Amino acid sequence: MKTILNDKQLGITIDRLCHQLLENHLRFENTVLIGLQPRGIYLSDRIHQKLTQLLPGTPIPYGKLDITFYRDDFKTNPAIHVPNETDIDFSIENKKVVLIDDVLYTGRTIRSALDAMLDFGRPSSVELLVLVDRRFSRQLPIQPDYTGRTIDAIVSQKVRVIWAEKDGKDEVVLVD
Amino acid sequence: MSLSVKHLLGIRDLQRSDIETIFQTADSFKDVLQRPIKKVPTLRDTTIVNVFFENSTRTRISFELAEKRLGADVVNFSASGSSVSKGETLIDTVNNILAMKVDMVVMRHSATGAPHFLSKHIDVPILNAGDGINEHPTQALLDAFSIREKLGSVEGKKVAIVGDIMHSRVALSNIYCLKKLGAEVTVVGPPTLIPKYLANALGVNVTYNLREALEWCDVANVLRIQLERLKMPLFSSLREYSLVYGINKQLLDSLHKEVVIMHPGPINRGVELSSDAADSKQSIILQQVENGVAVRMAALYLLSGKTPNITVTGN
Repeated sequence: MKTILNDKQLGITIDRLCHQLLENHLRFENTVLIGLQPRGIYLSDRIHQKLTQLLPGTPIPYGKLDITFYRDDFKTNPAIHVPNETDIDFSIENKKVVLIDDVLYTGRTIRSALDAMLDFGRPSSVELLVLVDRRFSRQLPIQPDYTGRTIDAIVSQKVRVIWAEKDGKDEVVLVD
Repeated sequence: MSLSVKHLLGIRDLQRSDIETIFQTADSFKDVLQRPIKKVPTLRDTTIVNVFFENSTRTRISFELAEKRLGADVVNFSASGSSVSKGETLIDTVNNILAMKVDMVVMRHSATGAPHFLSKHIDVPILNAGDGINEHPTQALLDAFSIREKLGSVEGKKVAIVGDIMHSRVALSNIYCLKKLGAEVTVVGPPTLIPKYLANALGVNVTYNLREALEWCDVANVLRIQLERLKMPLFSSLREYSLVYGINKQLLDSLHKEVVIMHPGPINRGVELSSDAADSKQSIILQQVENGVAVRMAALYLLSGKTPNITVTGN
């Protein structure tokens, strides 16, 4: 097991990602954040919280998207996924959407998320923010716009993102 | 998480955790049904046949909608106008349909045990949409789901099932489902329409006094008198039945509490339930119908993973 980001580095990385978002979206007038269930929402919670601090008085629309029913591996995966809650109480029509997930690997989750999101409307643009990008492992032409850390890992290795809210501490590790 | 069964033949075969998994999944589908686009692509590679050997309005439309909202292809079959009238057997009929590459079967049949029999001969998941006087599992699931939605939970709730218990598959499935979820059940009706062994075999209370049952319960599930299944006269007249066991607004208003009224449909208005009671605000009859689609989507979704011979591609 190898640490990719410790709690301090994770905090700095999230701060940087927020500032990069601010660079591109300035006042967040037409931008919405959507975190992906189940593990992406810990990151999106933090980012939403931090952006709210950086832009006091500006409400930033923030939703959570579950992609269980849109997966392409639902029949081939023996364990059927019980869905999580989708909570998007605003329109994404003509909005700039920032999709947020913890780890980008094959790109199939993001493909499903794009499908699921389009059932809520037609955004003017969609960007992707991920904490960890496992490069050279994509099965679909999908790339992140904002990346916390880029890593090289082989198929047998797993990236675990550990969150204080759920697991008691903040850390990103590579498990063999 | 997945179900412990391959087919949904009856609530009798389910574990409590299965029922809870179905409810949890149905919550998500109910959410999907509130969206502008009420459809997900989950079963877009699945073909489902609805085989109905007996009449149905709600169940059939509800299943068909559930299938379509999951993105499945749907084929409908009804016995009238088919080769069944030329003497084709049940297994032959279904096997011929399956030969055309169908992945799941939803079946209603007037013979008790017909889907169980079929499940021993075919390989694809079967959902029982009602078999004779045995079970109607999806109805019981949507009834319990509606109670959970209205009262917060099913555990510890008191449910009265009123009417023709003997001929009702809804009653039997409901008893199994409610007992598994920890509710208390009382059946009430004329002695001739309540099987003698019921209290001991299934652990329910039996009473012949409607008012007593209504004073006791949180929810009254009112059943239709199944005239088509009555082989001999078991009560003197519909008018007498209605006077003794019919529920009207006046009776409900005279109780010391507000009882939730349910009915699986179709209602014989003025027999088991008067119009003022059926249309009152304590009735959740139309919510039951609405929940039916979400609950059937959940059952289809969870069982579709059990379809055999899937070609594995990708990861």
